[in-house]
Amino acid sequence: MNLEFTPEEQAFRDEVRTFIAENHPTELGDFGMREDMTREEMVAWHKVLGTKGWSVPAWPVEYGGTGWSPTQRYIWSEENARANTFMPLPFGVSMVGPVIYTFGNEEQKAKHLPGIRSGEVWWCQGYSEPGAGSDLASLKTTAVRDGDHYIINGQKTWTTLAQHADWGFFLCRTDSTVKAQEGISFILIDMNTPGVEVKPIKLLDGGYEVNETWLTDVRVPVENLVGQENKGWTYAKFLLAHERSGIAGVARSKRGVEKLREIAANETLDGAPLIKDYDFAKKVSQLEIDLAALEITELRTLAGEQAGKGPGPESSILKIKGTEIQQRLTELMLEAVGTYSAPYYGSIANDTGSNEYAVGPAHAQHAAATYFNMRKTSIYGGSNEIQRNIITKMILGL
Amino acid sequence: MDFNFTEEQDMVRDGLSRMVREQYDWETRRKAIASNEGWRPEVWAQLAELGILGMPFSEADGGFGGGAIDAMVIMEEFGKGLVVEPFVPTVVCAGGFLKHGGTQAQKDEHIGGIVAGSSVFAFAYAEPRGRFDYADLETTAKKDGAGYVINGHKAVVIGAPWASHLIVTARTGGERRDRSGVSVFVVAKDAAGITTRDYVTVDGRRAAEVYFENVAVGADALIGGEGEGLALIELVTDEAIAAICAEACGAMKVAHAMTVEYSRQRKQFGVPIGSFQVLQHRMVDMYTAYETAVSLTYLATLRLSADETERKRAVSAAKVGVGQSARLMGQEAVQIHGGNGVTDEYAIGHYFKRLTIFDSEFGNVDHHMKRHVALG
Repeated sequence: MNLEFTPEEQAFRDEVRTFIAENHPTELGDFGMREDMTREEMVAWHKVLGTKGWSVPAWPVEYGGTGWSPTQRYIWSEENARANTFMPLPFGVSMVGPVIYTFGNEEQKAKHLPGIRSGEVWWCQGYSEPGAGSDLASLKTTAVRDGDHYIINGQKTWTTLAQHADWGFFLCRTDSTVKAQEGISFILIDMNTPGVEVKPIKLLDGGYEVNETWLTDVRVPVENLVGQENKGWTYAKFLLAHERSGIAGVARSKRGVEKLREIAANETLDGAPLIKDYDFAKKVSQLEIDLAALEITELRTLAGEQAGKGPGPESSILKIKGTEIQQRLTELMLEAVGTYSAPYYGSIANDTGSNEYAVGPAHAQHAAATYFNMRKTSIYGGSNEIQRNIITKMILGL
Repeated sequence: MDFNFTEEQDMVRDGLSRMVREQYDWETRRKAIASNEGWRPEVWAQLAELGILGMPFSEADGGFGGGAIDAMVIMEEFGKGLVVEPFVPTVVCAGGFLKHGGTQAQKDEHIGGIVAGSSVFAFAYAEPRGRFDYADLETTAKKDGAGYVINGHKAVVIGAPWASHLIVTARTGGERRDRSGVSVFVVAKDAAGITTRDYVTVDGRRAAEVYFENVAVGADALIGGEGEGLALIELVTDEAIAAICAEACGAMKVAHAMTVEYSRQRKQFGVPIGSFQVLQHRMVDMYTAYETAVSLTYLATLRLSADETERKRAVSAAKVGVGQSARLMGQEAVQIHGGNGVTDEYAIGHYFKRLTIFDSEFGNVDHHMKRHVALG
């Protein structure tokens, strides 16, 4: 048992660091996520990685995975967090991709996996409905067979970044006479099909990242069904476990704590740096301690995966703790900027023509918006209460 | 990076687990801690026989070449059974001082007895007014010829009633609370001038107030350099913290399992109380607290050999995080056991008591939070 990198792993880290330094598109800077990013900007790094063969590290090698060990994958995410890259979005790479290579047929693999790897094709997720949130299996969108097509009708919601999507993976009811979980199918829909309509939902941070997706008499060829009809719930659960395994966001949060310390060193309280205030510093230490625990817990889980256990119910712990930490981090950023948490920067025109922010320090500009935005993390991907239900059943055996 | 245990470590765990299960059952433990002796010397002898007491010493020193990870494995099993025998004071603390600061003569004199189980040590560091500051000492050791004369009062010395020897900290120079001027001595407990007032601790162990009145020791009693003992004390107590964190993890694991099982058996409103979501989610939070504690214990243990700042950061992180987990686990386990949780009869209350006292050993949550903040 040890926490050290082997010489090979250190060499790998150097290789990754050099690759990122030399190939990360300079026009993206080191902002990570920005509200005003274009589709091209969001897939720029994905495309570079696709060319290099590093866009889907966790996939089996035969489908384009890198065959990296858990430690190498850990190094990979650390280095990307360090450079604040905008990583490939999860909808193709971590969600539908694994479903297709695990449950899809050869035609589906050949048709869809290359576009996911390269970043050419943008995917979105059609799971939640206005009446089906945590109780996802109660979904009402129907797919009715009509010759060699399904006719799909219903309404999906929280469809993240569907405004850019080429394809979506949807859960639809194909049998309403059986138990809710047993009548659901997993269907791929070309978002350009007539009858698909995407309407924006404005969020409380002022941003636009989720949508309502309306499906009206959408004709989808039956070959877009993944796996067997009415077995979609199994695939959906498989996908959620995969989604959760990367959801802890440890490397990004570590980078966030460094940023928080920088901000708190520049803000003042009673004439001294805020970070010298014990009450504030204590909250930062508590966050660091919880993050250190989460990091080791994730590494233990990865080691377990390497020993042949798939992403199990432990990933629910990573989801709960990871999102709690992400939220507390943004909460402390908000506290750190003090009174400059209040201005709504979306309303402030920068009419000076300079790159300076119109009011307040630059680091204050995103604090409130990010804090509000990150409230989603304990709600999405199966709310943290649903994760507790999963642990109750799968680990406590109650 | 590797999270696997070696085959030897797995064997130690299995052997100890069997021993605790077979020989440390609840009724036997209850009788032993209520007896005059308060412990079972025959268990100690058996631990020596199994090689547990010699595990963390190098082969050159007469041990079995193990280290901090082996101590973690051992302590976790002790925690599961609430073992009271003084492994931490004797093997981790006294053993640590001898390994890191002892002269060859001191090692030769004492390690053999520890490994064989014939010497039992207690670590007399705390004082009535010193709280968790190892340098805040009123006990003095004044130079007297080649040796020293020790005077002072040491508080809550765990295992002292069973001990043949004491490791004692005393000020040989400087002002109270100065970092320099702190020294460490090894003393036979029957040395002239040592008196003890023995008592039972709430978590079923034995301890004593130890009084030193003009206790004369030779120069060979000094471990490490005169007045330079604080860094050594910090290192050894960091090792002790990692060890008791592992013990707390073992105790938490059992407390959690007992609580889940109780919620399955106990019926109210015609159904097992474990079917209530309000209790299920609390037991999930207890489970998460346990996993968090295990991860931080790994971190502290694996960082014991890192540079001083990194070591202290990891150990303080663990003492804070495990302390918080232990507090939550104990309180919630008792709550979910209802009235039975506050009886002496049910085992859960005894796990609660050990997990409570854990926080006060070698610095509590607040103390280690301050140290973590100070390290930046």
